[in-house]
Amino acid sequence: MKLGHLGITAMAALVATVTATATLAQNKGLENPRSTSFHGTLEGKKVVFLPLSMGFDLTEGWAARMRAQADRLNYDFQIRDPAWSTDAGTRALQSLIGEAPDLIVAHNPDIQSYARLLAQAQAKGIKVVQINLESNTQTDSYVGADWTEIGKQAAEAVVERCGEGKGSSNKVAIDTGVPTAASDVFQLDGIYKVLDQHPEIEVVSQQATEYNPEKARSIMETVLQQHPDLCGAIGIWDNQDTGTASAIEQAGKGDQVFLVTSGGGNRVGCENVENGMFDLYISYNVPLQGDILNAEIARLLLSETKAGENKALYFNPLTQITKDNVNQRNCWTLDEIR
Amino acid sequence: MPEKSSQNFPAGETIEVSAAKANRDGAWLFANLAKSQEGIVLMLAVLAFIGFSLFLPSFLSPGNLLALVRSVSILGILALGMAIVVIGRGIDVSMIATMVVSVAWAFVLTRGGLDLELALVVGGLFALAAGMAIGILIAFGEVPPIFATLAAGSIIYGLGRTFFFKLEMQNVPPGYEWFSFFGRAQIFGIPVTVLTFGVLCVVVHLILSRTRFGWLTYAMGNNPEASRITGVPVRPMVVAHYAVSAIVAYGAGLILASSTSAINARLFNSTMIYDILLVVVLGGIGLSGGHGKVRNVILGTIFVGILLNGMTILNIDYTIQNLVKGVVLLLAIVIDSLINPRDEQTSQQGDL
Repeated sequence: MKLGHLGITAMAALVATVTATATLAQNKGLENPRSTSFHGTLEGKKVVFLPLSMGFDLTEGWAARMRAQADRLNYDFQIRDPAWSTDAGTRALQSLIGEAPDLIVAHNPDIQSYARLLAQAQAKGIKVVQINLESNTQTDSYVGADWTEIGKQAAEAVVERCGEGKGSSNKVAIDTGVPTAASDVFQLDGIYKVLDQHPEIEVVSQQATEYNPEKARSIMETVLQQHPDLCGAIGIWDNQDTGTASAIEQAGKGDQVFLVTSGGGNRVGCENVENGMFDLYISYNVPLQGDILNAEIARLLLSETKAGENKALYFNPLTQITKDNVNQRNCWTLDEIR
Repeated sequence: MPEKSSQNFPAGETIEVSAAKANRDGAWLFANLAKSQEGIVLMLAVLAFIGFSLFLPSFLSPGNLLALVRSVSILGILALGMAIVVIGRGIDVSMIATMVVSVAWAFVLTRGGLDLELALVVGGLFALAAGMAIGILIAFGEVPPIFATLAAGSIIYGLGRTFFFKLEMQNVPPGYEWFSFFGRAQIFGIPVTVLTFGVLCVVVHLILSRTRFGWLTYAMGNNPEASRITGVPVRPMVVAHYAVSAIVAYGAGLILASSTSAINARLFNSTMIYDILLVVVLGGIGLSGGHGKVRNVILGTIFVGILLNGMTILNIDYTIQNLVKGVVLLLAIVIDSLINPRDEQTSQQGDL
């Protein structure tokens, strides 16, 4: 009896060994528990993007990258488009707090409007990533440009051209966008941090264009009438500064006035560097931002920490685009990054 | 008909009569000017002009004055289109939507391989179709113009964003140098944009004062019921008004795109439509319809131009500029309602 038992055990062991050997012989590899849990955890999660508005290079670019990752990893990705209305955006954010998705990607119209709501969302357990335009509330993550740095780079480039003893004069004009947006507030700080060290530079005009190229054009036209010897101009966004550049070109001062602007590196902006309208184009590289954003989304969805517990941020690198390096690598179109 | 209908514009007549007397008595002129909103705005404009000329060194230079007129020419052109609709007792707040969508679509088509010339025709036809559709909605569907055009604006913009283009910002397609003519060229030193505004002013003035279309427009604006009973083809006229304003908007959009090398569909979300209304209302064209002339549009445009130019030269803060614009508009409206108090008759004319 005992021997019989032993026999069965031995047989079983033999079968098991043979089976195991057979499996090994076919080499089906090892299951990676981390891959399983990576896909398993992400699948079915819900991510909502709240842009300033869809329909322009930046938001369309980020959305294209985020959608691609959502499709790859099988989580739900939605966009709530407030179409440039801060009111509609606030309402969308309020209803999102009720719906409680797993993560919100917020693009702030200014540094105040969403600040408290974003904190509320985190209190309800929704993780929040802010993209490119910050609010006063620091959330789980911020990915985007360091506007202070852009301002500094722009001002340094202008000082290089219009500083003591250089250029047609020391006069500089600044075209801002909307005075309460992070891009304006922090960029101006960066600009003045540099300009304050160069007292010879005279800012002759600092006007808001509301991102409207025609308004930018007429402002620059008037400024050039008042200051025909203007040496430099800093614009806050490529989309509006086509107007600024047009006014400079039309006054025949394309060679005299050094125009710096910044943007997402879309092909449309690059075209304007090629045809000489922008002298320097500081790009914050939307496809790169989209990829970093994706990494942050995945990291936060996987992480066990509570919303708002750990605050991270990453200022992505900037590229200075001039006529010499307008190329495929620095400029993108929406179709290429989908 | 023309002789009689011209009596329908008391405001204009008073000014002209008072202008004649002015030579004899300055105080009389002042008193009469102060009786109409147009007069008040004229005085404000003259005051601002003198003030800026005295205190801003290069305000009065020919270059700056041209820049001043040029900066508001597009606004002026749009206001001419709006004026025709408003005189016919309508309002068209969809102008900006029509403008940006039709022009942006033309550019997208060109980038897709169509010739720019052909694409511009397509864009124009789209604008015309949009205008006529709005007109039909108002004339035959009897939807109040403010609601019809508000909704239509969103629909046109939505259509554009969904089907015609993905990006709001559309550069002028490369390789068509001639296109920069409208916005950038100068004839005898005067920008084509300003000339276009000037020519359009003359054309619209002639249409309003010398053609049957113009007289009927005033008649409709004054009393739609009476004009319908007396045989005015009110419904086709309404359709025509919105078609005209759509085409004017398209033209303004082409000039805009030409002068800034791009069109930004985001203008639909800006305050531009209110700026157009500001020009129309400041100039003295009542929103209740039936009166107002091209010179009101010119006055409103120039006044807004003087304000904007002066404030830009003074480098005044954005928020304060908006404040000034708002206060001026409010002042004009308040003074208007003090001088021309609403009575039973005017208040029945369909207030906005």
